[in-house]
Amino acid sequence: MATPPGGPSSGNWSYGPAQGPNDGSANPYNFPSTPSHRQPYAPQGPGPSPYDQPQAPRIQPVQPHRRTPEPAPAGGASNPLVRPYAMTGGRTRPRYQLAIEALVHTTAAPHQMQGQLPEHQRICNLCREIKSVAEVSALLTIPLGVARILVADLAEAGLVAIHQPGGDENAGGQPAVTLLERVLSGLRKL
Amino acid sequence: MVAGGFGVGKTTFVGAVSEINPLRTEAVMTSASAGIDDLTHTGDKTTTTVAMDFGRITLDQDLILYLFGTPGQDRFWFMWDDLVRGAIGAVVLVDTRRLADCFPAVDYFENSGLPFVIALNGFDGQQPYNPDEVREALQIGPDTPIITTDARHRADAKSTLITLVEHALMARLR
Repeated sequence: MATPPGGPSSGNWSYGPAQGPNDGSANPYNFPSTPSHRQPYAPQGPGPSPYDQPQAPRIQPVQPHRRTPEPAPAGGASNPLVRPYAMTGGRTRPRYQLAIEALVHTTAAPHQMQGQLPEHQRICNLCREIKSVAEVSALLTIPLGVARILVADLAEAGLVAIHQPGGDENAGGQPAVTLLERVLSGLRKL
Repeated sequence: MVAGGFGVGKTTFVGAVSEINPLRTEAVMTSASAGIDDLTHTGDKTTTTVAMDFGRITLDQDLILYLFGTPGQDRFWFMWDDLVRGAIGAVVLVDTRRLADCFPAVDYFENSGLPFVIALNGFDGQQPYNPDEVREALQIGPDTPIITTDARHRADAKSTLITLVEHALMARLR
């Protein structure tokens, strides 16, 4: 059950803090480094966004388009496949720009999972052991862009912690020398 | 990143050293990059799926190395751009019988500034050309390592990765 009866166009899904039972908890995120070398997405549209999270000042929320109800795409009624971005309510950009290798770790208790979308629950179940965004995409057979959005949703709801790879700010975001040394030492021990 | 032409052994290389069987992630995109929040016009767009294989190596309790094989088709540069951010470096796998297949990858990494090494994948254990000949043919400067490897063998793949990280470290310290 990945799409409402009306297909991807009936986009009044409730994403955001009202959905989770733990909204209001103080900064549930774990963003050790916001990669400043990545270009943040510019706000997409005017007007207030329901996704604004005042308790998360260190990360830049992206304001997606507010979609108005619109007719289904031509031929959509006879298409048995769920379009990939139906799961995201039509959004194609995550609220945070997650690296493909960013690590995801579930912090939610089982009772917090109730009422979440099935895709969100599957991600939380998968990420009880730490996984990258790429693995979430591959293991759950979700396209990469969709996985990024869903993981960002969960991070915003405080249900997963994200560990973005940290770059060296003084070197244009390249991996830090100490990281390279650790990788080298780790490879030699393999 | 593990790059190179089609069929040069990228996924084989990743699989040889990865602790998991290589996984495949797919990215779906449309030909138009602007305004794709809106699915109204999906019917007018060409949808393309890019597949990318990757593996992982746990190096320490809190250190995981991911190996991403770049999408074989050179036109998916946006995926490369995505991968190159945060990457340590790239292994450009080369089949010396089809040397030209590696040109786009070499050009890309030279332009992006990501440290890379060239690894000549010996098919059937044969290395018809030695690294010096390839260096001259590719017009690669002396700073970029060119080594021979066998993408099927873990020890070779591991040694290639070590050469790459050493090269990346040298480039940073230079």
